[in-house]
Amino acid sequence: MSDEILAMHGITKSFPGVTALRDVEFSVRRGEIHAICGENGAGKSTLMKILSGVHPHGTYSGEVIFDGEVCSFSGIRDSEARGVVIIHQELALVGQLSIAENLFLGNEIAQRGMIDWNRTNHEAEQHLRRVGLRENPVTPAGVLGVGKQQLVEIAKALSKKVKLLILDEPTAALNDDDSAHLLELLRGLREDGITCVVISHKLGEVIEIADTITILRDGRTIETLDASDVTEDRLIAGMVGRDLEHRFPPREPHIGDEVLRIVDWTVHSPTIAGRVVVDHANLSLRRGEIVGLAGLMGAGRTELAMSVFGRTYGVDVSGQVVKDGKVIDVRSVESAIRNGIAYVSEDRKRYGLNLVADVKQNVSAAGLRLLSKRGWVNEHEEVSVAERFRTALRIKTPTVQAGVQTLSGGNQQKVVLAKWMFTEPDVLILDEPTRGVDVGAKYEIYTIVNSLAEQGKAVLVISSELPELLGLCDRIYTLSAGRITGEVAREDATQERLMEYMTQEVRR
Amino acid sequence: MSSQTQNAEDVQAPPAATPRESPRRIRINLRQSGIYVAFALIVVLFAVLTDGDLLEPANISNIIVQNSYVLILAIGMILVIISGHIDLSVGSVVAVTGAICAVLTVQWGLPWWLAVLATLAAGAVIGAAQGYWIAYFGIPAFIVTLGGMLVFRALTLTVLGNQGIGPFPDEIRTLANGFTDGYLGNVGLGPLGGADIVALLVGILVVIGFALVQWRARRARLGYGQVVDPFPLFAGKILLAAFVVMFVVVQLARFRNLPWVLVLLAVLVLGYSLMANRSVFGRHIYAVGGNLQAATLSGVRVKPVTFWVFVNMGVLAALAGVIFAGRLNQAGPTAGTSFELDAIAAAFIGGAAVQGGVGKVIGAITGGLIMGVINNGMSLIGAPSERVMLVKGLVLLAAVAYDVWTKRRAGTVR
Repeated sequence: MSDEILAMHGITKSFPGVTALRDVEFSVRRGEIHAICGENGAGKSTLMKILSGVHPHGTYSGEVIFDGEVCSFSGIRDSEARGVVIIHQELALVGQLSIAENLFLGNEIAQRGMIDWNRTNHEAEQHLRRVGLRENPVTPAGVLGVGKQQLVEIAKALSKKVKLLILDEPTAALNDDDSAHLLELLRGLREDGITCVVISHKLGEVIEIADTITILRDGRTIETLDASDVTEDRLIAGMVGRDLEHRFPPREPHIGDEVLRIVDWTVHSPTIAGRVVVDHANLSLRRGEIVGLAGLMGAGRTELAMSVFGRTYGVDVSGQVVKDGKVIDVRSVESAIRNGIAYVSEDRKRYGLNLVADVKQNVSAAGLRLLSKRGWVNEHEEVSVAERFRTALRIKTPTVQAGVQTLSGGNQQKVVLAKWMFTEPDVLILDEPTRGVDVGAKYEIYTIVNSLAEQGKAVLVISSELPELLGLCDRIYTLSAGRITGEVAREDATQERLMEYMTQEVRR
Repeated sequence: MSSQTQNAEDVQAPPAATPRESPRRIRINLRQSGIYVAFALIVVLFAVLTDGDLLEPANISNIIVQNSYVLILAIGMILVIISGHIDLSVGSVVAVTGAICAVLTVQWGLPWWLAVLATLAAGAVIGAAQGYWIAYFGIPAFIVTLGGMLVFRALTLTVLGNQGIGPFPDEIRTLANGFTDGYLGNVGLGPLGGADIVALLVGILVVIGFALVQWRARRARLGYGQVVDPFPLFAGKILLAAFVVMFVVVQLARFRNLPWVLVLLAVLVLGYSLMANRSVFGRHIYAVGGNLQAATLSGVRVKPVTFWVFVNMGVLAALAGVIFAGRLNQAGPTAGTSFELDAIAAAFIGGAAVQGGVGKVIGAITGGLIMGVINNGMSLIGAPSERVMLVKGLVLLAAVAYDVWTKRRAGTVR
């Protein structure tokens, strides 16, 4: 037992409507680098959040044994006190504070409440040297690049006397040089006896650095492999599984002419100057066709969709959107809607719904012009429109005057779909249409998507769940690092093939 | 998977029949009507404490005239708050527009109507200036209007040179302080004495109009197959409203007819309620305040909406400025001090949400009247002003606490 630093037994964790983890087994040997692989939504981050106390003891079932003791962390402070430190994908540094202040935030070196700045900066310098970062500790953390901020996070973990370091997608935002440096650093930490758990989508990197690899799928542990004799194909096979359940309504596609074409679409990041988020993407949609857009987190799927939909993401956008053979103006949401484009966002609470309003006001929100004359809304017509969608989409709500907040996730998603269907678009972009929705409601949403295609609309589905794309779509594009790396017809599409295109690394 | 077939069945199952009168519906109504119930209780409380003096003809007239400018500000403020912003400058805008109106009429000798129009235009310019920084430059309204509060107070002092300007033309004073004439004479109401016929007729017409509008809305709803209140409840509501309106009108008719500001307020409340509920612009205000990103992604042009909300606030503040100055018959350097706080308090007591997206014009008016009645009632029973302030503060806290509490309870019911 002594060479096992961590053992998690029978971990089950449910969120309202979804079971994220089911009876997961996970153990890590002392002093190894252990990678966790799995598709988006497989439960990797949830598992790590349980380990680090973000999901406190009592909100899950199962047992966590760390360093030979059963643990019941009630928060991140508890787990850090025991030497478990997690570094999240979104870095958690306070940009306005100095590097040294960030290192000891919540953990200040102080005497009688007064901070000892000399010792703080001195110790900070030592930790920085250990991670190979030559910066003055009084520099504000915000001026550092992402790669260096990542190193500051690791230095911060070291300052907490870390025994088990968890890194969630540490290289997702890094360029090749910074990635290489980071991986080298992790090897160095292994020499020092620090155990690391790494979550990563970059399979090549995983095989290169890890000693052991555990694969999760659909919230279950699939297998634990020795990294020395494993191939990327082997990992992909484990991640996607072999069996594709029949959870999609049947459909007979009737595909017509091309309705929308996106030509040479390039988008730059609004926050990181010069960074290309979508890189000369070309894609086309036909009437009655359901097209998938696959890509890993950070590949630029949502960014592509939102930049097409009224430039709601990105700067320095170039390229053309051609509809029915004519270049259309999509520089504002209003004109995108008027040109028959609808975008159902991946985050319905943030971008889709007005949660303080009722169902009918949400349904009419994007289509008020269809309900009004000379600026006045016909409220009775509004109610009957909402009623029509309530019946057609089976939205479970006592009345359309009920607050949309009281609805379940699946029904809220149907309200968002109703809102966009009411604008009578020719092209619908559905971004993660079944995220946070239970299995039953998923089936209903697939049925709605099918009926939209049946009406001759073109549907572009963005999804992290490959089985969903395979079950729903006639054609699937893959996106990697902002580039379209593949286009696969339904007949030829397999999860392995898609995953291969999605993980294809594009050198810049 | 066994759950699969189950789900498929679920999909095919007919939608559950909706109960026509569910308990939840009644609870929601109670939450919305809490403010009106509170208002009624406060009126009854002070009517008892003052031995009925509160509801005397002269006093009702007083309450309306004394609070008219705060109520006008509250109409603009509720729209600002629904859109997710705040306006701290309205008190100073009242002062500076009052001063502008005084200069135009007293010093330049412009005709009263032209001066009023010019003052309203000045209010629009002030609103546009602040709205520009908020909507198009992205500075929080709190900061912009805090600056505006100082700037417009400074302009007031500059314009007035630290002294009052007056007196105002009669027409402006009448608008602020005057009453409709007894065009048709008086009629005896038995023990109640004489009452003005015009006022009574207006009251009767308002009641009939209200009943007709409600009746038509009910018919239209039934025509669209919607759920409506059962007839006794419907009739009861109309009778209650008719009783309240007629009571106030009879009292006013016994005193000095209808105050002109009441007529003005009635028109504003009606117009702005319609605008907020029925117009595309009004809906956009709610959408922007409820969820800015969702509104943007629904094609709402968020910036112009914010801009025009502040322009509107400026115009209404100018109107309040004219009426306040007209009522005092002079534009003074300290006019409008802390009016912004009264207007904001009225909006929140009336059920607006701090996060935006929620609120009603009629709610803000009720909130303003609650504070007006507390002010008036407490001064009638001789309470010192510090106690009035104390009670108003606690009422504001209680009203918002009640709102938060009911919301939380509604959240747990699900």
